[in-house]
Amino acid sequence: MRIREPAGPTRRRRYDWGAYLYLVPAFAFYVVFLLRPVVESVWIAFFDWDGISASTWVGNANFADVLGSQQIWQAAGHSMVFIVFYALVPTVLALVFIGVIARIRVRGLAFFRAALFVPYILSTVVVAIAWRWIFAESGPLNTALRSIGLGGLARTWLGDFDTALPSVGVIGTWVMFGLAFVLFVSGLQAIPAELFEAARIDGAGPFREFFAVTLPALRGEIQVALVLMITAALRNFDIVWNTTSGGPGTSTTVPSYFIYREAFVTHHVGRASAIAVALTVLIIAVVATVMRLTREPGGGAR
Amino acid sequence: MNGSRRERLLGYTLLVVGALLALYPFASIVVLALTPKGERSGGVSLPSSITLANFATAWTRGGFGQALWSSLVVAVAVVVGASLVSLLAAYAFTTMRFPAKSLLLAVLLVGLIMPYEGIIVPLYYLLDGMGLLNTYWALILPQIATSVSLGVLWMRTAFAAVPPSLAEAASIDGANRWSTLWRVYLPISLPAIGTLGTLLFLYTWNEFLMALVLVPQNPAVQTAPLALSFFAGSTRNFDPAVTAAAAVTVALPIVAVYVVLQRRFISGITAGAVKE
Repeated sequence: MRIREPAGPTRRRRYDWGAYLYLVPAFAFYVVFLLRPVVESVWIAFFDWDGISASTWVGNANFADVLGSQQIWQAAGHSMVFIVFYALVPTVLALVFIGVIARIRVRGLAFFRAALFVPYILSTVVVAIAWRWIFAESGPLNTALRSIGLGGLARTWLGDFDTALPSVGVIGTWVMFGLAFVLFVSGLQAIPAELFEAARIDGAGPFREFFAVTLPALRGEIQVALVLMITAALRNFDIVWNTTSGGPGTSTTVPSYFIYREAFVTHHVGRASAIAVALTVLIIAVVATVMRLTREPGGGAR
Repeated sequence: MNGSRRERLLGYTLLVVGALLALYPFASIVVLALTPKGERSGGVSLPSSITLANFATAWTRGGFGQALWSSLVVAVAVVVGASLVSLLAAYAFTTMRFPAKSLLLAVLLVGLIMPYEGIIVPLYYLLDGMGLLNTYWALILPQIATSVSLGVLWMRTAFAAVPPSLAEAASIDGANRWSTLWRVYLPISLPAIGTLGTLLFLYTWNEFLMALVLVPQNPAVQTAPLALSFFAGSTRNFDPAVTAAAAVTVALPIVAVYVVLQRRFISGITAGAVKE
Protein backbone atom coordinates (compact mmCIF):
# COMPACT_ATOMS: atom_id res chain seq x y z
CA MET A 1 0.00 0.00 0.00
CA ARG A 2 2.70 2.47 0.93
CA ILE A 3 4.38 1.85 -2.37
CA ARG A 4 1.28 2.42 -4.47
CA GLU A 5 0.01 5.47 -2.68
CA PRO A 6 2.48 8.05 -3.99
CA ALA A 7 2.26 6.56 -7.47
CA GLY A 8 -1.48 7.21 -7.88
CA PRO A 9 -1.64 10.93 -7.16
CA THR A 10 1.62 11.57 -9.03
CA ARG A 11 0.26 9.94 -12.12
CA ARG A 12 -2.95 11.90 -11.89
CA ARG A 13 -1.13 15.16 -11.26
CA ARG A 14 1.02 14.75 -14.36
CA TYR A 15 0.31 17.39 -16.97
CA ASP A 16 -1.04 16.58 -20.35
CA TRP A 17 0.91 18.81 -22.71
CA GLY A 18 -0.95 17.46 -25.72
CA ALA A 19 -3.98 19.39 -24.48
CA TYR A 20 -2.58 22.57 -25.97
CA LEU A 21 -2.90 21.10 -29.45
CA TYR A 22 -6.66 21.00 -28.91
CA LEU A 23 -6.68 24.59 -27.66
CA VAL A 24 -4.57 26.14 -30.41
CA PRO A 25 -7.27 26.60 -33.09
CA ALA A 26 -9.79 28.27 -30.77
CA PHE A 27 -7.21 30.49 -29.09
CA ALA A 28 -5.62 31.44 -32.41
CA PHE A 29 -8.91 33.00 -33.55
CA TYR A 30 -9.59 34.44 -30.11
CA VAL A 31 -6.20 36.08 -29.68
CA VAL A 32 -5.81 37.47 -33.19
CA PHE A 33 -9.34 38.76 -33.74
CA LEU A 34 -10.51 39.58 -30.22
CA LEU A 35 -7.82 39.98 -27.55
CA ARG A 36 -5.33 41.78 -29.76
CA PRO A 37 -7.94 44.30 -30.99
CA VAL A 38 -8.96 44.94 -27.37
CA VAL A 39 -5.40 45.83 -26.44
CA GLU A 40 -4.91 47.83 -29.64
CA SER A 41 -8.05 49.84 -28.95
CA VAL A 42 -6.48 51.07 -25.74
CA TRP A 43 -3.14 51.73 -27.48
CA ILE A 44 -4.65 53.67 -30.41
CA ALA A 45 -6.59 55.83 -27.97
CA PHE A 46 -3.31 57.49 -26.97
CA PHE A 47 -2.56 58.68 -30.52
CA ASP A 48 -3.75 61.33 -32.87
CA TRP A 49 -4.32 59.32 -36.05
CA ASP A 50 -6.36 59.82 -39.21
CA GLY A 51 -6.07 56.16 -40.19
CA ILE A 52 -3.66 56.82 -43.06
CA SER A 53 -0.69 59.03 -42.25
CA ALA A 54 1.74 58.60 -39.35
CA SER A 55 0.20 58.78 -35.90
CA THR A 56 1.33 61.12 -33.11
CA TRP A 57 1.43 60.20 -29.42
CA VAL A 58 -0.84 62.59 -27.55
CA GLY A 59 -0.94 60.96 -24.13
CA ASN A 60 -4.38 61.12 -22.56
CA ALA A 61 -5.53 64.06 -24.69
CA ASN A 62 -8.17 61.95 -26.48
CA PHE A 63 -9.63 60.81 -23.18
CA ALA A 64 -9.62 64.37 -21.81
CA ASP A 65 -11.25 65.48 -25.01
CA VAL A 66 -13.95 62.82 -24.85
CA LEU A 67 -14.68 63.33 -21.17
CA GLY A 68 -14.89 67.07 -21.74
CA SER A 69 -17.16 66.78 -24.75
CA GLN A 70 -20.73 67.89 -24.26
CA GLN A 71 -21.79 65.79 -27.27
CA ILE A 72 -20.50 62.63 -25.61
CA TRP A 73 -22.15 63.40 -22.29
CA GLN A 74 -25.41 64.06 -24.09
CA ALA A 75 -25.08 60.70 -25.87
CA ALA A 76 -24.30 58.99 -22.55
CA GLY A 77 -27.44 60.62 -21.14
CA HIS A 78 -29.45 59.10 -23.98
CA SER A 79 -27.94 55.72 -23.10
CA MET A 80 -29.22 56.12 -19.56
CA VAL A 81 -32.71 56.79 -20.94
CA PHE A 82 -32.33 53.66 -23.06
CA ILE A 83 -31.45 51.64 -19.95
CA VAL A 84 -34.92 52.52 -18.64
CA PHE A 85 -36.62 51.51 -21.90
CA TYR A 86 -34.41 48.52 -22.79
CA ALA A 87 -33.97 47.00 -19.35
CA LEU A 88 -36.12 48.35 -16.52
CA VAL A 89 -39.47 48.58 -18.33
CA PRO A 90 -39.22 45.10 -19.95
CA THR A 91 -38.15 43.57 -16.62
CA VAL A 92 -41.06 45.10 -14.71
CA LEU A 93 -43.59 44.25 -17.44
CA ALA A 94 -42.35 40.68 -17.71
CA LEU A 95 -42.54 40.31 -13.92
CA VAL A 96 -46.16 41.49 -13.97
CA PHE A 97 -46.92 38.84 -16.60
CA ILE A 98 -45.12 36.20 -14.55
CA GLY A 99 -46.88 37.22 -11.34
CA VAL A 100 -50.23 36.70 -13.03
CA ILE A 101 -49.52 33.48 -14.91
CA ALA A 102 -47.87 31.91 -11.86
CA ARG A 103 -51.40 31.75 -10.38
CA ILE A 104 -53.01 29.89 -13.26
CA ARG A 105 -52.35 26.93 -15.49
CA VAL A 106 -51.86 28.45 -18.93
CA ARG A 107 -52.93 26.41 -21.91
CA GLY A 108 -50.82 27.10 -24.97
CA LEU A 109 -47.99 28.65 -22.96
CA ALA A 110 -45.50 27.35 -25.56
CA PHE A 111 -47.36 29.28 -28.24
CA PHE A 112 -47.47 32.52 -26.26
CA ARG A 113 -43.81 32.17 -25.36
CA ALA A 114 -42.85 31.65 -29.00
CA ALA A 115 -44.99 34.60 -30.15
CA LEU A 116 -43.66 36.98 -27.50
CA PHE A 117 -40.11 36.03 -28.40
CA VAL A 118 -40.45 36.85 -32.12
CA PRO A 119 -39.17 40.46 -31.80
CA TYR A 120 -35.87 39.21 -30.36
CA ILE A 121 -35.03 36.93 -33.30
CA LEU A 122 -35.67 39.50 -36.03
CA SER A 123 -32.73 41.37 -37.51
CA THR A 124 -32.45 44.82 -35.93
CA VAL A 125 -32.62 46.34 -39.41
CA VAL A 126 -35.96 44.62 -40.04
CA VAL A 127 -37.17 45.81 -36.64
CA ALA A 128 -36.12 49.36 -37.47
CA ILE A 129 -37.97 49.31 -40.80
CA ALA A 130 -41.14 47.90 -39.26
CA TRP A 131 -41.18 50.61 -36.59
CA ARG A 132 -40.31 53.35 -39.06
CA TRP A 133 -43.56 52.39 -40.78
CA ILE A 134 -45.53 52.28 -37.53
CA PHE A 135 -44.26 55.71 -36.49
CA ALA A 136 -44.52 57.21 -39.99
CA GLU A 137 -46.64 60.26 -40.79
CA SER A 138 -49.30 58.12 -42.49
CA GLY A 139 -48.46 54.94 -40.57
CA PRO A 140 -50.60 52.78 -38.30
CA LEU A 141 -50.03 54.73 -35.07
CA ASN A 142 -51.14 58.09 -36.48
CA THR A 143 -53.98 56.45 -38.42
CA ALA A 144 -55.22 54.84 -35.23
CA LEU A 145 -54.95 58.11 -33.29
CA ARG A 146 -56.88 59.99 -35.96
CA SER A 147 -59.58 57.34 -36.12
CA ILE A 148 -60.30 57.71 -32.41
CA GLY A 149 -60.34 61.48 -32.57
CA LEU A 150 -56.86 62.04 -31.16
CA GLY A 151 -55.46 63.30 -34.46
CA GLY A 152 -53.99 66.26 -32.59
CA LEU A 153 -51.39 63.91 -31.11
CA ALA A 154 -50.35 62.59 -34.53
CA ARG A 155 -46.82 63.48 -35.60
CA THR A 156 -43.74 62.00 -37.25
CA TRP A 157 -42.71 60.31 -34.05
CA LEU A 158 -39.10 59.57 -35.01
CA GLY A 159 -38.57 62.98 -36.56
CA ASP A 160 -39.83 65.07 -33.65
CA PHE A 161 -37.36 66.49 -31.11
CA ASP A 162 -39.71 65.69 -28.24
CA THR A 163 -40.66 62.14 -29.18
CA ALA A 164 -37.71 60.67 -31.11
CA LEU A 165 -35.81 59.44 -28.03
CA PRO A 166 -38.75 57.75 -26.26
CA SER A 167 -39.93 56.34 -29.60
CA VAL A 168 -36.59 54.62 -30.16
CA GLY A 169 -36.82 53.51 -26.53
CA VAL A 170 -40.22 51.91 -27.13
CA ILE A 171 -38.68 49.86 -29.94
CA GLY A 172 -36.12 48.60 -27.44
CA THR A 173 -38.82 47.71 -24.94
CA TRP A 174 -40.63 45.78 -27.66
CA VAL A 175 -37.49 43.81 -28.57
CA MET A 176 -36.34 43.07 -25.02
CA PHE A 177 -39.67 42.15 -23.43
CA GLY A 178 -39.64 38.73 -25.11
CA LEU A 179 -36.15 37.99 -23.83
CA ALA A 180 -37.10 38.87 -20.25
CA PHE A 181 -40.32 36.87 -20.55
CA VAL A 182 -38.76 33.62 -21.80
CA LEU A 183 -35.99 33.84 -19.19
CA PHE A 184 -38.51 34.37 -16.38
CA VAL A 185 -40.82 31.61 -17.64
CA SER A 186 -37.95 29.13 -17.58
CA GLY A 187 -37.17 30.28 -14.04
CA LEU A 188 -40.82 30.02 -13.03
CA GLN A 189 -41.04 26.46 -14.34
CA ALA A 190 -38.10 25.53 -12.13
CA ILE A 191 -39.88 26.63 -8.93
CA PRO A 192 -41.14 23.56 -7.03
CA ALA A 193 -44.96 23.48 -6.93
CA GLU A 194 -44.80 22.79 -3.17
CA LEU A 195 -43.53 26.33 -2.57
CA PHE A 196 -46.68 27.79 -4.11
CA GLU A 197 -48.89 25.30 -2.30
CA ALA A 198 -47.25 26.11 1.02
CA ALA A 199 -47.78 29.83 0.42
CA ARG A 200 -51.44 29.26 -0.39
CA ILE A 201 -51.98 27.07 2.64
CA ASP A 202 -50.51 29.92 4.69
CA GLY A 203 -53.21 32.09 3.14
CA ALA A 204 -50.89 34.26 1.07
CA GLY A 205 -52.69 36.42 -1.50
CA PRO A 206 -51.41 37.02 -5.01
CA PHE A 207 -49.11 39.86 -3.95
CA ARG A 208 -47.60 38.12 -0.92
CA GLU A 209 -47.13 35.01 -3.05
CA PHE A 210 -45.34 37.03 -5.74
CA PHE A 211 -42.99 38.81 -3.34
CA ALA A 212 -42.40 35.83 -1.04
CA VAL A 213 -42.07 33.00 -3.57
CA THR A 214 -41.83 34.01 -7.22
CA LEU A 215 -39.59 37.05 -7.07
CA PRO A 216 -36.86 35.53 -4.85
CA ALA A 217 -36.83 32.37 -6.95
CA LEU A 218 -36.24 34.38 -10.12
CA ARG A 219 -33.20 36.22 -8.78
CA GLY A 220 -30.77 34.46 -11.13
CA GLU A 221 -32.92 35.04 -14.21
CA ILE A 222 -33.50 38.69 -13.32
CA GLN A 223 -29.78 39.18 -12.94
CA VAL A 224 -29.05 37.61 -16.32
CA ALA A 225 -31.86 39.53 -18.04
CA LEU A 226 -30.67 42.85 -16.58
CA VAL A 227 -27.07 42.23 -17.63
CA LEU A 228 -28.07 41.32 -21.20
CA MET A 229 -30.57 44.14 -21.59
CA ILE A 230 -28.46 46.88 -20.00
CA THR A 231 -25.52 45.85 -22.16
CA ALA A 232 -27.77 46.03 -25.23
CA ALA A 233 -28.99 49.49 -24.15
CA LEU A 234 -25.46 50.82 -23.72
CA ARG A 235 -24.24 49.30 -26.99
CA ASN A 236 -27.32 50.37 -28.93
CA PHE A 237 -26.16 51.18 -32.42
CA ASP A 238 -28.21 49.21 -34.98
CA ILE A 239 -31.65 50.53 -34.05
CA VAL A 240 -30.54 54.15 -33.73
CA TRP A 241 -28.55 53.98 -36.95
CA ASN A 242 -31.46 52.51 -38.90
CA THR A 243 -34.25 54.68 -37.48
CA THR A 244 -33.02 58.18 -36.67
CA SER A 245 -29.24 58.14 -37.34
CA GLY A 246 -28.93 60.14 -34.14
CA GLY A 247 -31.40 62.83 -35.17
CA PRO A 248 -33.33 64.95 -35.34
CA GLY A 249 -30.42 67.23 -34.50
CA THR A 250 -28.54 65.32 -31.84
CA SER A 251 -31.61 64.17 -29.94
CA THR A 252 -30.96 60.41 -30.24
CA THR A 253 -27.15 60.17 -30.47
CA VAL A 254 -25.45 57.33 -28.56
CA PRO A 255 -21.77 56.64 -27.83
CA SER A 256 -21.42 53.85 -30.40
CA TYR A 257 -22.78 56.22 -33.04
CA PHE A 258 -19.82 58.51 -32.34
CA ILE A 259 -17.38 55.57 -32.38
CA TYR A 260 -18.54 54.74 -35.89
CA ARG A 261 -18.61 58.32 -37.08
CA GLU A 262 -15.25 59.37 -35.65
CA ALA A 263 -13.50 56.23 -36.89
CA PHE A 264 -14.96 55.80 -40.35
CA VAL A 265 -16.46 59.13 -41.40
CA THR A 266 -14.41 61.95 -39.86
CA HIS A 267 -11.27 59.79 -39.39
CA HIS A 268 -10.38 60.74 -35.83
CA VAL A 269 -9.35 57.18 -35.10
CA GLY A 270 -7.67 57.93 -31.77
CA ARG A 271 -10.72 59.75 -30.52
CA ALA A 272 -13.00 56.92 -31.70
CA SER A 273 -10.86 54.44 -29.76
CA ALA A 274 -11.00 56.59 -26.66
CA ILE A 275 -14.81 56.56 -26.82
CA ALA A 276 -14.75 52.79 -27.41
CA VAL A 277 -12.51 52.24 -24.39
CA ALA A 278 -14.66 54.48 -22.21
CA LEU A 279 -17.82 52.68 -23.35
CA THR A 280 -16.28 49.25 -22.70
CA VAL A 281 -15.18 50.31 -19.21
CA LEU A 282 -18.66 51.70 -18.53
CA ILE A 283 -20.31 48.46 -19.68
CA ILE A 284 -18.02 46.32 -17.52
CA ALA A 285 -18.61 48.61 -14.53
CA VAL A 286 -22.38 48.49 -14.95
CA VAL A 287 -22.37 44.70 -15.39
CA ALA A 288 -20.26 44.34 -12.24
CA THR A 289 -22.63 46.65 -10.34
CA VAL A 290 -25.72 44.73 -11.44
CA MET A 291 -24.10 41.43 -10.47
CA ARG A 292 -23.27 42.90 -7.07
CA LEU A 293 -26.70 44.41 -6.45
CA THR A 294 -28.60 41.28 -7.45
CA ARG A 295 -26.41 38.66 -5.84
CA GLU A 296 -27.67 36.28 -3.20
CA PRO A 297 -27.91 37.97 0.20
CA GLY A 298 -25.15 36.71 2.48
CA GLY A 299 -22.42 36.40 -0.18
CA GLY A 300 -22.51 33.59 -2.71
CA ALA A 301 -22.19 35.70 -5.87
CA ARG A 302 -23.14 33.61 -8.83
CA MET B 1 -54.33 24.90 -8.74
CA ASN B 2 -56.21 26.56 -11.55
CA GLY B 3 -56.60 30.02 -10.10
CA SER B 4 -59.84 31.96 -9.85
CA ARG B 5 -61.84 32.96 -12.90
CA ARG B 6 -60.72 36.55 -12.58
CA GLU B 7 -57.09 35.49 -12.47
CA ARG B 8 -57.51 33.32 -15.53
CA LEU B 9 -59.24 36.12 -17.41
CA LEU B 10 -56.48 38.57 -16.48
CA GLY B 11 -53.74 36.08 -17.39
CA TYR B 12 -55.11 35.27 -20.83
CA THR B 13 -55.89 38.91 -21.54
CA LEU B 14 -52.29 39.88 -20.81
CA LEU B 15 -50.90 37.03 -22.91
CA VAL B 16 -53.17 37.68 -25.89
CA VAL B 17 -52.57 41.44 -25.87
CA GLY B 18 -48.83 40.83 -25.43
CA ALA B 19 -48.73 38.36 -28.31
CA LEU B 20 -50.66 40.75 -30.58
CA LEU B 21 -48.28 43.60 -29.74
CA ALA B 22 -45.29 41.33 -30.33
CA LEU B 23 -46.54 40.13 -33.71
CA TYR B 24 -48.21 43.31 -34.99
CA PRO B 25 -45.16 45.26 -36.27
CA PHE B 26 -43.89 42.42 -38.44
CA ALA B 27 -47.43 41.53 -39.55
CA SER B 28 -48.02 45.17 -40.49
CA ILE B 29 -45.04 45.27 -42.86
CA VAL B 30 -46.11 41.94 -44.37
CA VAL B 31 -49.54 43.44 -45.10
CA LEU B 32 -47.99 46.68 -46.35
CA ALA B 33 -45.69 44.74 -48.67
CA LEU B 34 -48.63 42.79 -50.10
CA THR B 35 -50.84 45.85 -50.61
CA PRO B 36 -51.26 47.10 -54.18
CA LYS B 37 -50.50 50.75 -54.90
CA GLY B 38 -53.53 52.94 -54.25
CA GLU B 39 -54.96 50.65 -51.58
CA ARG B 40 -52.93 51.98 -48.65
CA SER B 41 -55.01 52.21 -45.55
CA GLY B 42 -52.49 53.27 -42.92
CA GLY B 43 -52.12 49.78 -41.57
CA VAL B 44 -55.39 49.39 -39.67
CA SER B 45 -57.39 47.41 -42.23
CA LEU B 46 -56.62 44.66 -44.71
CA PRO B 47 -56.41 45.36 -48.46
CA SER B 48 -59.11 43.84 -50.69
CA SER B 49 -56.55 42.34 -53.07
CA ILE B 50 -52.88 41.45 -52.71
CA THR B 51 -49.88 41.80 -54.99
CA LEU B 52 -46.34 40.47 -55.16
CA ALA B 53 -45.19 43.42 -57.26
CA ASN B 54 -43.48 45.11 -54.32
CA PHE B 55 -41.43 41.98 -53.67
CA ALA B 56 -40.42 41.78 -57.31
CA THR B 57 -39.33 45.43 -57.30
CA ALA B 58 -37.38 45.06 -54.05
CA TRP B 59 -35.75 41.82 -55.23
CA THR B 60 -34.43 43.25 -58.50
CA ARG B 61 -33.53 46.71 -57.24
CA GLY B 62 -31.93 45.63 -53.98
CA GLY B 63 -29.99 42.55 -55.12
CA PHE B 64 -31.36 40.52 -52.23
CA GLY B 65 -30.69 37.18 -53.91
CA GLN B 66 -26.97 37.87 -53.64
CA ALA B 67 -27.32 39.32 -50.12
CA LEU B 68 -29.21 36.30 -48.78
CA TRP B 69 -26.60 34.01 -50.34
CA SER B 70 -23.80 36.01 -48.67
CA SER B 71 -25.57 35.79 -45.32
CA LEU B 72 -25.87 32.05 -45.72
CA VAL B 73 -22.20 31.63 -46.68
CA VAL B 74 -21.01 33.71 -43.72
CA ALA B 75 -23.40 32.15 -41.20
CA VAL B 76 -22.63 28.56 -42.23
CA ALA B 77 -18.87 29.21 -42.22
CA VAL B 78 -19.04 30.79 -38.76
CA VAL B 79 -21.26 28.04 -37.35
CA VAL B 80 -19.06 25.24 -38.69
CA GLY B 81 -15.76 26.95 -37.88
CA ALA B 82 -16.73 28.12 -34.40
CA SER B 83 -18.36 24.81 -33.44
CA LEU B 84 -15.32 22.85 -34.57
CA VAL B 85 -12.66 24.89 -32.75
CA SER B 86 -14.94 25.19 -29.69
CA LEU B 87 -15.50 21.49 -29.32
CA LEU B 88 -11.78 20.75 -29.65
CA ALA B 89 -10.96 23.28 -26.93
CA ALA B 90 -13.86 22.19 -24.74
CA TYR B 91 -12.67 18.59 -24.99
CA ALA B 92 -9.30 19.64 -23.60
CA PHE B 93 -10.91 21.73 -20.85
CA THR B 94 -13.18 18.85 -19.80
CA THR B 95 -10.93 15.82 -20.02
CA MET B 96 -7.29 16.93 -19.72
CA ARG B 97 -4.98 18.41 -17.10
CA PHE B 98 -2.65 21.17 -18.21
CA PRO B 99 -0.96 24.25 -16.74
CA ALA B 100 -2.87 27.55 -16.66
CA LYS B 101 -6.20 25.80 -17.28
CA SER B 102 -8.33 28.06 -15.12
CA LEU B 103 -6.45 31.15 -16.30
CA LEU B 104 -7.18 30.30 -19.93
CA LEU B 105 -10.82 29.68 -19.11
CA ALA B 106 -11.02 33.06 -17.38
CA VAL B 107 -9.45 34.72 -20.42
CA LEU B 108 -12.19 33.19 -22.57
CA LEU B 109 -14.84 34.72 -20.30
CA VAL B 110 -13.70 38.20 -21.37
CA GLY B 111 -15.21 37.48 -24.78
CA LEU B 112 -18.68 37.05 -23.30
CA ILE B 113 -19.02 40.66 -22.22
CA MET B 114 -16.69 42.40 -24.69
CA PRO B 115 -18.85 44.65 -26.88
CA TYR B 116 -18.04 44.63 -30.60
CA GLU B 117 -17.76 48.40 -30.37
CA GLY B 118 -14.63 47.85 -28.27
CA ILE B 119 -12.78 45.95 -31.00
CA ILE B 120 -14.25 47.15 -34.27
CA VAL B 121 -11.75 49.97 -34.96
CA PRO B 122 -8.53 47.89 -34.66
CA LEU B 123 -10.30 45.01 -36.41
CA TYR B 124 -10.85 47.23 -39.43
CA TYR B 125 -7.16 48.11 -39.68
CA LEU B 126 -6.06 44.54 -38.97
CA LEU B 127 -8.19 43.15 -41.80
CA ASP B 128 -7.18 46.04 -44.04
CA GLY B 129 -3.54 45.10 -43.46
CA MET B 130 -4.32 41.49 -44.34
CA GLY B 131 -6.02 42.65 -47.55
CA LEU B 132 -9.27 41.01 -46.40
CA LEU B 133 -11.60 44.02 -46.14
CA ASN B 134 -14.67 43.65 -48.34
CA THR B 135 -14.29 39.85 -48.54
CA TYR B 136 -16.22 37.05 -46.83
CA TRP B 137 -13.17 36.47 -44.62
CA ALA B 138 -13.62 39.89 -43.03
CA LEU B 139 -16.96 38.70 -41.63
CA ILE B 140 -16.10 35.05 -41.01
CA LEU B 141 -12.80 35.22 -39.11
CA PRO B 142 -13.77 37.84 -36.47
CA GLN B 143 -17.15 36.25 -35.85
CA ILE B 144 -15.55 32.87 -35.23
CA ALA B 145 -13.40 34.66 -32.66
CA THR B 146 -16.38 36.33 -30.98
CA SER B 147 -18.28 33.00 -30.91
CA VAL B 148 -15.50 30.99 -29.29
CA SER B 149 -16.29 32.07 -25.70
CA LEU B 150 -19.90 30.96 -25.82
CA GLY B 151 -18.95 27.89 -27.88
CA VAL B 152 -16.30 26.58 -25.47
CA LEU B 153 -18.39 27.16 -22.34
CA TRP B 154 -21.39 25.56 -24.01
CA MET B 155 -19.55 22.47 -25.20
CA ARG B 156 -17.71 22.17 -21.91
CA THR B 157 -21.06 21.81 -20.13
CA ALA B 158 -22.22 19.25 -22.70
CA PHE B 159 -19.01 17.20 -22.46
CA ALA B 160 -19.03 17.31 -18.66
CA ALA B 161 -22.37 15.48 -18.78
CA VAL B 162 -20.84 12.56 -20.71
CA PRO B 163 -20.42 9.64 -18.26
CA PRO B 164 -16.68 8.93 -17.79
CA SER B 165 -17.45 5.20 -17.90
CA LEU B 166 -18.22 5.54 -21.62
CA ALA B 167 -14.83 7.08 -22.31
CA GLU B 168 -13.13 4.40 -20.22
CA ALA B 169 -14.94 1.68 -22.13
CA ALA B 170 -13.74 3.20 -25.38
CA SER B 171 -10.14 3.36 -24.19
CA ILE B 172 -10.29 -0.28 -23.12
CA ASP B 173 -11.47 -1.02 -26.66
CA GLY B 174 -8.24 0.61 -27.83
CA ALA B 175 -9.59 4.00 -28.84
CA ASN B 176 -7.09 6.82 -28.37
CA ARG B 177 -8.00 10.29 -27.14
CA TRP B 178 -8.66 11.67 -30.61
CA SER B 179 -11.03 8.91 -31.67
CA THR B 180 -12.75 8.95 -28.25
CA LEU B 181 -13.73 12.56 -28.97
CA TRP B 182 -15.30 11.68 -32.32
CA ARG B 183 -16.74 8.28 -31.40
CA VAL B 184 -17.95 8.87 -27.84
CA TYR B 185 -18.19 12.56 -26.94
CA LEU B 186 -19.42 13.95 -30.23
CA PRO B 187 -22.37 11.61 -30.93
CA ILE B 188 -23.73 12.01 -27.39
CA SER B 189 -23.44 15.79 -27.59
CA LEU B 190 -25.13 16.27 -30.95
CA PRO B 191 -28.27 17.91 -29.48
CA ALA B 192 -26.09 20.45 -27.62
CA ILE B 193 -24.08 21.11 -30.77
CA GLY B 194 -27.33 21.57 -32.68
CA THR B 195 -28.58 24.17 -30.23
CA LEU B 196 -25.23 25.97 -30.23
CA GLY B 197 -25.26 25.99 -34.02
CA THR B 198 -28.79 27.43 -34.06
CA LEU B 199 -27.79 30.25 -31.70
CA LEU B 200 -24.62 31.12 -33.59
CA PHE B 201 -26.53 31.02 -36.88
CA LEU B 202 -29.09 33.51 -35.54
CA TYR B 203 -26.46 35.90 -34.13
CA THR B 204 -24.33 35.76 -37.28
CA TRP B 205 -27.26 36.12 -39.65
CA ASN B 206 -28.45 39.25 -37.84
CA GLU B 207 -25.07 40.92 -37.20
CA PHE B 208 -25.10 44.46 -38.55
CA LEU B 209 -22.22 46.57 -37.20
CA MET B 210 -19.45 44.21 -38.35
CA ALA B 211 -20.90 44.08 -41.85
CA LEU B 212 -21.31 47.85 -41.98
CA VAL B 213 -17.69 48.43 -41.01
CA LEU B 214 -15.90 45.49 -42.62
CA VAL B 215 -17.56 45.01 -46.03
CA PRO B 216 -18.97 48.45 -46.89
CA GLN B 217 -17.76 48.61 -50.48
CA ASN B 218 -18.42 45.22 -52.01
CA PRO B 219 -22.10 44.45 -52.73
CA ALA B 220 -21.09 40.91 -53.71
CA VAL B 221 -20.31 39.97 -50.09
CA GLN B 222 -22.72 42.24 -48.21
CA THR B 223 -25.03 40.33 -45.90
CA ALA B 224 -28.81 40.69 -45.97
CA PRO B 225 -29.19 43.12 -43.02
CA LEU B 226 -26.55 45.46 -44.48
CA ALA B 227 -28.05 45.33 -47.97
CA LEU B 228 -31.44 46.03 -46.42
CA SER B 229 -30.09 48.97 -44.45
CA PHE B 230 -28.53 50.51 -47.58
CA PHE B 231 -31.69 49.81 -49.57
CA ALA B 232 -33.99 51.32 -46.95
CA GLY B 233 -31.70 54.32 -46.59
CA SER B 234 -31.59 55.07 -50.27
CA THR B 235 -35.32 54.62 -50.76
CA ARG B 236 -36.39 56.38 -47.59
CA ASN B 237 -38.34 58.93 -49.61
CA PHE B 238 -39.75 56.47 -52.08
CA ASP B 239 -42.25 53.68 -51.69
CA PRO B 240 -42.58 52.33 -48.12
CA ALA B 241 -44.30 49.20 -49.48
CA VAL B 242 -41.17 48.25 -51.46
CA THR B 243 -38.99 48.83 -48.38
CA ALA B 244 -41.41 46.67 -46.39
CA ALA B 245 -41.17 43.92 -49.01
CA ALA B 246 -37.38 44.06 -48.77
CA ALA B 247 -37.52 43.77 -44.96
CA VAL B 248 -39.91 40.83 -45.13
CA THR B 249 -37.64 39.12 -47.67
CA VAL B 250 -34.65 39.49 -45.35
CA ALA B 251 -36.58 38.33 -42.29
CA LEU B 252 -38.30 35.37 -43.94
CA PRO B 253 -35.47 32.79 -43.75
CA ILE B 254 -34.97 33.40 -40.02
CA VAL B 255 -38.71 33.42 -39.34
CA ALA B 256 -39.09 30.15 -41.24
CA VAL B 257 -36.27 28.51 -39.30
CA TYR B 258 -37.73 29.91 -36.08
CA VAL B 259 -41.17 28.43 -36.74
CA VAL B 260 -39.58 24.99 -37.12
CA LEU B 261 -36.94 25.25 -34.39
CA GLN B 262 -38.50 27.67 -31.88
CA ARG B 263 -38.06 25.36 -28.92
CA ARG B 264 -34.37 25.03 -29.72
CA PHE B 265 -33.99 28.80 -30.10
CA ILE B 266 -35.69 29.54 -26.80
CA SER B 267 -34.08 26.78 -24.75
CA GLY B 268 -30.73 27.74 -26.26
CA ILE B 269 -31.04 31.38 -25.39
CA THR B 270 -32.29 30.75 -21.87
CA ALA B 271 -29.63 28.12 -21.14
CA GLY B 272 -26.90 30.11 -22.89
CA ALA B 273 -27.84 33.28 -21.07
CA VAL B 274 -28.04 31.70 -17.65
CA LYS B 275 -24.65 30.16 -18.27
CA GLU B 276 -23.18 33.55 -19.02
